[in-house]
Amino acid sequence: MRRIINYTPSTGVRTVLGVLPFVVVILVYLVASGERMALDPNDKLMPGFAAFASAITRLATTLDIATKQYLLWWDTWLSLWRLFVGLGIAAALGLVLGILIGFIPYLRGMFEPFMAAFSLIPPLAVLPILFILFGLGEVSKIVLIVFGVAPFIIRDVMLRVASIPREQIIKAQTLGASTWQMISGVLLPQVLPRLIDSVRLSLGAAWLYVIAAEAITAEGGLGYRIFLVRRYLAMDVILPYVAWITLLAFVMDWALRRLNAFAFPWDRIREG
Amino acid sequence: MTTIVFEDVWKEYDERIVLERVNLSLADHEFLVIIGPSGVGKTTLLRMLLSQEQPSRGRILIDGEPIAPEPTADRGVVFQRYSVFPHLTVLANVMRGPQWVASPFLGRLFGARRRALEAEAMALLERVGLAEHAAKYPQQLSGGMQQRLALAQALIMKPKVLLLDEPFGALDPGTRKSMHELVRDLWEEHRMTIVMVTHDLAEAFLLGTRVIAVDRPRKDPQAPERFGATIASDFEAKCRIVRESRRFEAARAEARLQLVSSN
Repeated sequence: MRRIINYTPSTGVRTVLGVLPFVVVILVYLVASGERMALDPNDKLMPGFAAFASAITRLATTLDIATKQYLLWWDTWLSLWRLFVGLGIAAALGLVLGILIGFIPYLRGMFEPFMAAFSLIPPLAVLPILFILFGLGEVSKIVLIVFGVAPFIIRDVMLRVASIPREQIIKAQTLGASTWQMISGVLLPQVLPRLIDSVRLSLGAAWLYVIAAEAITAEGGLGYRIFLVRRYLAMDVILPYVAWITLLAFVMDWALRRLNAFAFPWDRIREG
Repeated sequence: MTTIVFEDVWKEYDERIVLERVNLSLADHEFLVIIGPSGVGKTTLLRMLLSQEQPSRGRILIDGEPIAPEPTADRGVVFQRYSVFPHLTVLANVMRGPQWVASPFLGRLFGARRRALEAEAMALLERVGLAEHAAKYPQQLSGGMQQRLALAQALIMKPKVLLLDEPFGALDPGTRKSMHELVRDLWEEHRMTIVMVTHDLAEAFLLGTRVIAVDRPRKDPQAPERFGATIASDFEAKCRIVRESRRFEAARAEARLQLVSSN
């Protein structure tokens, strides 16, 4: 008997093992749902896959009377727009402030303690302030995402700047580089892959803020729809929406990872 | 012509004295090697020459002028590790310095000037034996090759002084031997001053024309931090007159060969 950590699955076994939990979860749901349907054919809590399909088809293909939109696509568009604008602003802020604060000692002395304190403010606790300041429209939702995600990205970029060996910075100076040239030619290219990684890690938090803001007030959006139909116990809409949000988040994560590997091949080469 | 002078240089961190009373005068085209036990302040000495650190007393002069308070292009450096840029290819690493100097905003050259620089960089890479690796990234090279690249990257700036901080410390013996030959040949070809820190005594006397040992001559067992290290001994490893005459002989032999072959 070897120790359990010394047994490694082959590629085929690994694939089967990876798929297994998904299959188990779906099977458990199907069985439980079947049991409940047998007792009450109009059960609302655990509808079958046929109910999901008809609800999603209805939302994706019929024009809603009130908004004159196809609701599924309209909700997806609104949520993604908020998410992208919010994350984009947060990433840009994180890159610029993170590099400046991380690299220039006077700025670091001034803003590092402030950033450490600022990043501990719970964003959802200031959401009412944002609603009061920016109204109930799009601005307050986007500010919420920026407020929630930017401090993390700024601090991550600062850490990355600090982890670049001092030798490289000295060497750059002996090659005649100015501060601007070191920022653009040494720091920026080495920080960008880390920035993309930290945006990937922020995706979950960004979705949280989008859905939280939409739950409170919006005229559309994936989170808005879920919280709206909650009143009718419409699990046939909520569950597919949750799956759809998960899929969107997964695709975004995957796309960012591919972008990183494609744009920064040197970052994936490790010293052998 | 490059001369380096240390005038009564001290380095103190708060209460702790690291270096004291360092006086040194270095003539042109010397290969100075600094040896000494670890933690004694060899690297501090080199860092002060690089302006990475400032002396707390005294001053350092290059060609009679006090050195700039920050690292500048007249002093090149090769560290033990991390002295090349991981996000640039080998060729781009060598071309980096001249492009920074020539183009303040973009840091890039275009057209004929870029092609001229590329040819110069390729010639240097050829010289250090990396020409066929020009398109690779530094992480794909071995330790010795990375150090060759760092040398080429520093040399393209034509520094007055080249500073080497234990450049061969992480290399295996075979690689180290070929690096010794390369560094000595480059030193002859570029006629610059080299200051190298090492803890390998054999290496010091093999390469250096002058070897200084840094150590603490005074010790107080109750307060070891009260006395710093200084230059404990100073060897002329290869007499200037011997070097000069050897170079003269070599030049004469070459001239004679040319005469013979042209006849």
